[in-house]
Amino acid sequence: MIPGIDFIVPAVYFAAAVMFIYGLKGMSSPVTARSGMIWAGVAMLLAVLVTFVHPKVEGNYLLMVIALVSASVLAWWWAKVVAMTDMPQMIALYNGMGGGSAAAIAAVELLKLHSGQVQMVPTTLLVASFGAIIGSIAFSGSLIAYAKLQGWMRKSWRFPGQQVFNLVVFAATIGLGVWIFIDGPTPMLLLLFFSLALLAGVLLTVPIGGADMPVVISLYNALTGLAVGFKGYVLEIPALMIAGIVVGAAGTLLTQLMAKAMNRSLTNVLFAGFGKADEDATGAAASGEMRAIDATDAAIQMAYAEKVIIVPGYGLAVAQAQHKIWELTELLTSRGVKVTFAIHPVAGRMPGHMNVLLAEAGVPYDLIFDLEDINAQFPTTDVALVIGANDVVNPAARKDSSSPIYGMPILDVDRARNCIVVKRGQGTGFSGIENLLFFEDNTRMLYGDAQKVAQALISGIKSLG
Amino acid sequence: MEGWIALYIFMLAAFTGIEVIRRVPAILHTPLMSGSNFIHGIVVVGGMVVLGMADTTAEIIVGFIAVFLGAGNAVGGYVVTERMLEMFKSSGVKPEKKD
Repeated sequence: MIPGIDFIVPAVYFAAAVMFIYGLKGMSSPVTARSGMIWAGVAMLLAVLVTFVHPKVEGNYLLMVIALVSASVLAWWWAKVVAMTDMPQMIALYNGMGGGSAAAIAAVELLKLHSGQVQMVPTTLLVASFGAIIGSIAFSGSLIAYAKLQGWMRKSWRFPGQQVFNLVVFAATIGLGVWIFIDGPTPMLLLLFFSLALLAGVLLTVPIGGADMPVVISLYNALTGLAVGFKGYVLEIPALMIAGIVVGAAGTLLTQLMAKAMNRSLTNVLFAGFGKADEDATGAAASGEMRAIDATDAAIQMAYAEKVIIVPGYGLAVAQAQHKIWELTELLTSRGVKVTFAIHPVAGRMPGHMNVLLAEAGVPYDLIFDLEDINAQFPTTDVALVIGANDVVNPAARKDSSSPIYGMPILDVDRARNCIVVKRGQGTGFSGIENLLFFEDNTRMLYGDAQKVAQALISGIKSLG
Repeated sequence: MEGWIALYIFMLAAFTGIEVIRRVPAILHTPLMSGSNFIHGIVVVGGMVVLGMADTTAEIIVGFIAVFLGAGNAVGGYVVTERMLEMFKSSGVKPEKKD
């Protein structure tokens, strides 16, 4: 044994815990976010390296290296090749792996307890079992979330009595946990216990629709954090406890923020299933007609405007029009038009996702504004250009109490002097809710694919000279 | 570990977590989720410890899975976060590459 190892290992873990919190704190500004993450990355690397000389580690070094290297190469490569639009499901996938890791740690600990190699006081056993359940649910649930966002599972699978069935499975999992707690674990019991916990994660996630997935991913992220924290307690590594619980707490708050931005409660997301409540209600039918505008006229309107606000939605990302929109923005800016971007908290696939997609196209973050910061600006705006967004600009959320989205915070584009909506066709779109905005007097519809429309607007403005 | 001390650590860490992200602007929510996802990848250390203690075949297999999944979490979470953060630029700095 190397002298001083009893000091070095905990010291590195301690430093890692500090760096993790520092890294998260850096995330409060786009300026410091990156350096914060790099520090956290260095800390992670050091923590992994020092674990090779951890006093409890007695063998299997080769296997350890194989597992570390193969997983790292695979995860690195996959994370590099994936498109920015697919980031949310990658987060789900990697989060699921963390949950699975926590569950596997619990499994080894419980097997060791069975063979009598480790002793556990009742509290430790309780924490270990609880971490096992949470980790397993986060693992299987995240994988289902991945499959859904990836488009592998389009249907929200529901059957009568589903919630009762889910409750029974969950209760049975807890029951087995209690059995393990009282009688001690046997391999058969453990197999059943983990299978049920994994099943619970699947059952919980399967009925949830794609639109609610970000909230669910965030919740599983928090759960994995908790599970990791519990493993830290069992393994007596405080760095794991701190990192896990910090993420668990932050993730819980983030989950609530997201649910709030979508005007839904967490219980509603988890137990109602999106679309179910909305099937019978689409709100009052709109009166009036939609008026179309062609790209040339829209280009003129924007070119001679003083202030333009662009409201991008997921449709923009699907059409891969971010780069064209930035080109359009630069063109307008060079003509002296003040152009800013307004982003709804749930634009894109998860809060902040749209910002990432715009950043990818080169849009500077200081031109991008949140809902609270920009809503007051619309009345003094000449043109609000809505591209691929729908429900988040629907004034029904303010005006029509019978609408399913009533009360949801929206971007008040209808208060702009002119509003141009870029849309592929006349349909109601994703949620099936009639959009009152399209029928407003100051709204003009610009039909077409977002990328082609953007190109047409660019040529239109260029032809003005 | 002494139960009460652990409870204090849990409590303080929970408050830290909430306070640290309270100031995070909405534009960074996705990178934040990804970044916190990376941070719980520290679970790989726990996986290494249990694999290092494993003797029976079952323990070794499950321990191997723990390290594999934990490392995937840490590395994947890091790369995804990095890729997102490197794109955030202010208008004061000219974007280096344009296509």
